[in-house]
Amino acid sequence: MPVRQFGALQLEVDNEGYLVNPKDWTPEVAEAFAKEEGIELTDRHWEVINFVRKYYEERGQSPTIRQITVGAGIPTKELFKLFPGGPAKKVARIAGVPKPAGCI
Amino acid sequence: MAKTLLVLGGGTAGTMAANRLAQELDMDQWRIIVVDHSKIHYYQPGFLFIPFGIYKERDVVKPRRTYFAPGVEFILSEIDVIEPDKKRVRIKADGGRYISYDFLIIATGTSPRPDQTPGLQDERLWYKDAFDFYTLQGAVRLARRLRTWEGGRLVLNIVDMPIKCPVAPLEFIFLADWYLRENGLRDKTELVFVTPLPGAFTKPRAAAILGHMLEERGIHLVTDYYIERVDPERKVIVSYDEREEPFDLLVSIPLNMGSDAIARSGIGNELNYVPTDPRTLRAKDFEDVFVLGDATDVPTSKAGSVAHFMVDSFVPNFLRYIDGLELLPTFDGHANCYIESGFGKGILIDFNYDVEPLPGKFPLPGLGPFSLLQESVINHWGKMLFRTLYWHVLMKGRRLPMPAQMMMAGKWS
Repeated sequence: MPVRQFGALQLEVDNEGYLVNPKDWTPEVAEAFAKEEGIELTDRHWEVINFVRKYYEERGQSPTIRQITVGAGIPTKELFKLFPGGPAKKVARIAGVPKPAGCI
Repeated sequence: MAKTLLVLGGGTAGTMAANRLAQELDMDQWRIIVVDHSKIHYYQPGFLFIPFGIYKERDVVKPRRTYFAPGVEFILSEIDVIEPDKKRVRIKADGGRYISYDFLIIATGTSPRPDQTPGLQDERLWYKDAFDFYTLQGAVRLARRLRTWEGGRLVLNIVDMPIKCPVAPLEFIFLADWYLRENGLRDKTELVFVTPLPGAFTKPRAAAILGHMLEERGIHLVTDYYIERVDPERKVIVSYDEREEPFDLLVSIPLNMGSDAIARSGIGNELNYVPTDPRTLRAKDFEDVFVLGDATDVPTSKAGSVAHFMVDSFVPNFLRYIDGLELLPTFDGHANCYIESGFGKGILIDFNYDVEPLPGKFPLPGLGPFSLLQESVINHWGKMLFRTLYWHVLMKGRRLPMPAQMMMAGKWS
């Protein structure tokens, strides 16, 4: 597994750049990943990130777009503006949880 | 006093579970009651073939009542409310009476909800230039539309995941490619596959192989597309991030949701699926309630093959449970799907919670081996033969000669 440097921290990431161990996550990790995605984190972003982390801790699964919009009460349109492209997978990476399975 | 096993839903999962348990339980000591709102049992995997004239309506429709084993009682009714705390269910028939149970199986499935996408059911479009094919009516109307198709832009759009039979949209586009070539219309038709997923499929090795098959056939792939609405005036679909895809013919796989009775009972998630233990299939919040088939929230495909493996794991576990033994974590998320790829060929994928679809060979005594993740003629015949197995083996409570758990034998890992 590749290793990434976050300040003094050295953390394992998978081939797609997701944290291998969600427990390793710190707010600095979120800032670093967001920067790579070209996102500047606002309070609204943090609301979503905190919701996603809580969801993962409680259920052991990363939430889908619908689970985020229903669960956090964020309109879908706004979620796409906050995390352009693929909100569920982008916020998952920033929040340090696994890429959503989107089960088949 | 006799114990009551109440089964909600008489589709693929509910019928198999009721019929298998009718053989295993002492029917002097047990009542098995199945409730379903429809008299008809649809062979849902067959809907895919109707738009291309391969199957007709009569190939996919049977009376539900004839598929229950002797001793299984069938009640034709909508389900109103499930009350697990009181161990009873209110049905809508007979002025809304209650049925009390000792054990409950929820097998109420999932269904397409085109009303959840604004503009999709606009009268200028719906069943004129926009169709679903996961309902008999949609498939039949789409067959009629395709017979008069003269070319243009055919867009297939998946609204959101999860959907039942998640490989069917790919099969549809492969069959459309074949059908249009046979009819000399492929040159005049642009085929576009628009999906909310990041690729043709989620699991990496299958996504790569299936994505390549789309490319080979000249089918455009649009990914990470989350539809907001359909504009019936301009005949375009619009995503939440303002991307537009114009169409002459829209084949929509609408949002899938579990039964409204689940929502009314307050026991489901945001899509009306019941939180279920992925290994034992017992409802997470209720002791004597099991959930089988598409009604669960477990992270595997919503498909008939999964329902079959679920029932195979559930039946021996249920027999332990009623004897006071603990449930074993036997269900592994096993799914086994034939993917029609057109020109009389097909692909087979076999996977579970932990192992993604891999290439190789799939051994099946008397029938196989089938090729995994590679096109072959025998895979196509496996799929066509399956309709007979469905009605005469699975729905009758008989077993297929294969284990419920996924096997690694034959797979190239």
